[in-house]
Amino acid sequence: MSLLKSREAILGAAIVALLVLIATRFPAFVEPKNLLEVFNDTSPLIILALGQMVVILTRCIDLSVAANLALTGMVCAMLNVAWPGMPIGVIMVIALACGALMGAVNGLLVWKLDIPPIVVTLGTMTIYRGIIFLLSGGAWVNSHEMSRAFTGVPRTQILGLPLLGWIAIVVALIMAVVMSRTPMGRSFYATGNNPHAAVYTGIDVGRSQFLAFTISGTLAGLAGYLWISRYAVAYVDIAGGFELDVVAACVIGGASIAGGVGTVVGTILGALFLGVIKNALPVIDISPFWQMAISGAAILVAVTFNSRSGRARGRVILKSAEHAQ
Amino acid sequence: MSTLSTNHAPRDSAGPRKIPDQLSSPATKALKSWESLLLLVAVAIFLMNALASPYFLDAWNLSDATYNFTEKAMIAFAMALLIIAGEIDLSVASIIALASTAMGLMMQAGFGTPALVATGLVVGLLCGAFNGLLVTRLGLPSIVVTIGTMSLFRGISYIVLGDGAFRGYPADFAFFGQGYVFWVFTFEFVLFAVLAVIYAVVLHRTNFGRAVYAVGNNATAALFSGIRVGRVKMILFLLTGLMSGIAAVCLTSRLGSTRPSIGTGMELEVVTMVVLGGVNILGGSGSIAGVVIAAFVMGLVTFGLGLLNVPGIVMSIFIGLLLIGVIALPRLWKKLRRA
Repeated sequence: MSLLKSREAILGAAIVALLVLIATRFPAFVEPKNLLEVFNDTSPLIILALGQMVVILTRCIDLSVAANLALTGMVCAMLNVAWPGMPIGVIMVIALACGALMGAVNGLLVWKLDIPPIVVTLGTMTIYRGIIFLLSGGAWVNSHEMSRAFTGVPRTQILGLPLLGWIAIVVALIMAVVMSRTPMGRSFYATGNNPHAAVYTGIDVGRSQFLAFTISGTLAGLAGYLWISRYAVAYVDIAGGFELDVVAACVIGGASIAGGVGTVVGTILGALFLGVIKNALPVIDISPFWQMAISGAAILVAVTFNSRSGRARGRVILKSAEHAQ
Repeated sequence: MSTLSTNHAPRDSAGPRKIPDQLSSPATKALKSWESLLLLVAVAIFLMNALASPYFLDAWNLSDATYNFTEKAMIAFAMALLIIAGEIDLSVASIIALASTAMGLMMQAGFGTPALVATGLVVGLLCGAFNGLLVTRLGLPSIVVTIGTMSLFRGISYIVLGDGAFRGYPADFAFFGQGYVFWVFTFEFVLFAVLAVIYAVVLHRTNFGRAVYAVGNNATAALFSGIRVGRVKMILFLLTGLMSGIAAVCLTSRLGSTRPSIGTGMELEVVTMVVLGGVNILGGSGSIAGVVIAAFVMGLVTFGLGLLNVPGIVMSIFIGLLLIGVIALPRLWKKLRRA
C-alpha cells in the first residue's frame, strides 16, 4: 500500500500514462528502440540531476552545473584538438577532475566562508561561462576538428544501448549504493533534515555540503565530455539555462528544496519525465519552443504537489497508538 | 554655584548612567558603514576610469553609461525589499520577456503608446501576483516558485515568438528608452532617481518599511506582533512584478524590438546589485542608499570595461567575482582577525 502511495510510484504511473497517451496516436514512439533512444537522450540530464539531488538534500542549490558542464566540455574538446591521440579514458579522467575542481570551489565557498549557496553558484555560473570565453576566444570547436574516437566512444552500442546510456546507468547504481549504504550518503540526509541534530551526531555539516558540491561538480564534468562528444560541438553558450531543467528534474522527482528529502529513483524518474516530454513534442507536432514553458509549469505543479503530500504526513512515533484511535 | 548646578542636573531614573570613554557619533557610524565603503569603491572606479580612457569624462558618454544600470536598478529597488523580507524573485528577467512580448502583440493589434505602456505594467503586475499567490497562499519556497516561473514566463514568450521578433514600435514609444528629460538626463535616469527616493522613503520612513524588516528578521514574531506577513510579501511580489514591467517598457523602447531572449540573465545582475548594496541575502537588513551606490558601481565597472574594449562575457566574470568577492571578503577578514 505504501509502495503504491509513494511518490516514485505516482511519478512512474504518470510517465506510463504519458507514454500510453502518445502511443494512442503515434505507436512508433513506444517501440523499444525509440524508448532506448529517449533514455539515451536523457542520460546527461539524469547524471546532472543525481548530482544536483545530493546538493539539494543538504539544503543547498547548485546553479553552476550547466556552466561547469560547458567549461569542462570545452577543456576536453580543446585537449582533443591539441593532442588528437590522447586516449578517451584520460580525457574522461580529466573531465571528472575538472568538474570536481569547480564543484569543490563552490563547496569551499559555502563551507569555509558560509556564503549562501545560491549567491555562490549564481556567481560561479557566470565566472565559469566567462572562463570558457577566455579559453576559446569565443571560437567554436566543430566536429571536423574532433578525433573519431572523441565523438565515437559514447556512441558505441552495447546490447542496443549506446555507451552514454550505460554510463548513466552505472552512475545511477553507484549513487544508489552511496546514498543508501554509506555513512557519507546518510550524512547528506542527516545534514538536510536537521543540521543541528546532525552536528550533535558528529556530522560536520559544512563538510558534507562541500562533498555534495564536489559530487555535483564531478558529475557535471563527466556530463560535460559526454555532452560535447554527443553533439560534436563546443562553444561558450552550450547547455545555457540547462541548470533549470536539472533543478526541475530533482523537484519533479520529489526532492524538497528545504533539504533532507529526495531519492535516486525519484530523481531518475523526474529526469525521464522531462526527457519523454522533450522527445515527444516534435513527434506530436508541437513546436520545440513549448519545451521551456512546459518545464516551468512542471516545476510549479511538482512543487505544489510536494508541499501538499508533505504537509499531510506527520511523523508517526507510536504505530500502535495511531491504530488504537 | 557648582553644587547647585549638579543638583539640577537631570538624573536618569534607572540609576547612574555609564558614560563611554568615546562617543560614537552618528557621523563616525556612517563613515564605518557598508555604504560609505561602497561609495569609496565607486569613487575609486570613477577615477580609474577617468585615467584609463580619455573618452570617459564626457557628459554625453556618462549619460549613455547610465543605461548600463537604470533598468536593472529599478527592479533592484523592489528586489531589495523582497530580499530584506526573506524572499527572492528569480523570474524578473522572464517577466520582462513576457511583458515585452505582450506589448509586441498589442502593437501588432494597432494600439498606441499609452496602451502599450499599460500592457507592460499590467502584465508585470499579473506575473508578480502569480508568484506572490504561489508563495503566500500555497506556502511554497519562493526560490523554487520563481525558478519555475522563470521558465514558464519566458517559455510563453518563446511559444508566441519562436525565433521571430516584434519590430516597428510607434515613434513616440521610443521616448521611454531613448528620450531626454533635460540636457543629458535621460528619462530612464530621472525615473531611476525618482524611484530611488520613493523606495528609500517607503523602506526607511513608513510603517510598511518597518514591517518589511520585521518579516525578514523573524516572520513568526512579526505575525505575532500583528503584521500581516502574507500581505506584506504579496505586496512585495506585486511591486517586483510592477518594476519588471516598468523595466520592460524602458528596455523594449530602448531596443525598439522584442525577442524572446530579451534581458536573459538580468536576474543575476539584479541580485548582484542588491547583494553588493549590502542587503543581507538571508533577509532582515539592507538599505536603498546601498543599492543606489551599488547600481553606480556596477554601471561604472561595465562602462569602463566597455571603453577598454573588454567583451561583455568577460565583464560578466567581473560581475560574478564582484558578487562573491563583496560577500567573501568581509567574512574572510573576520576569520583572519579571529585566528
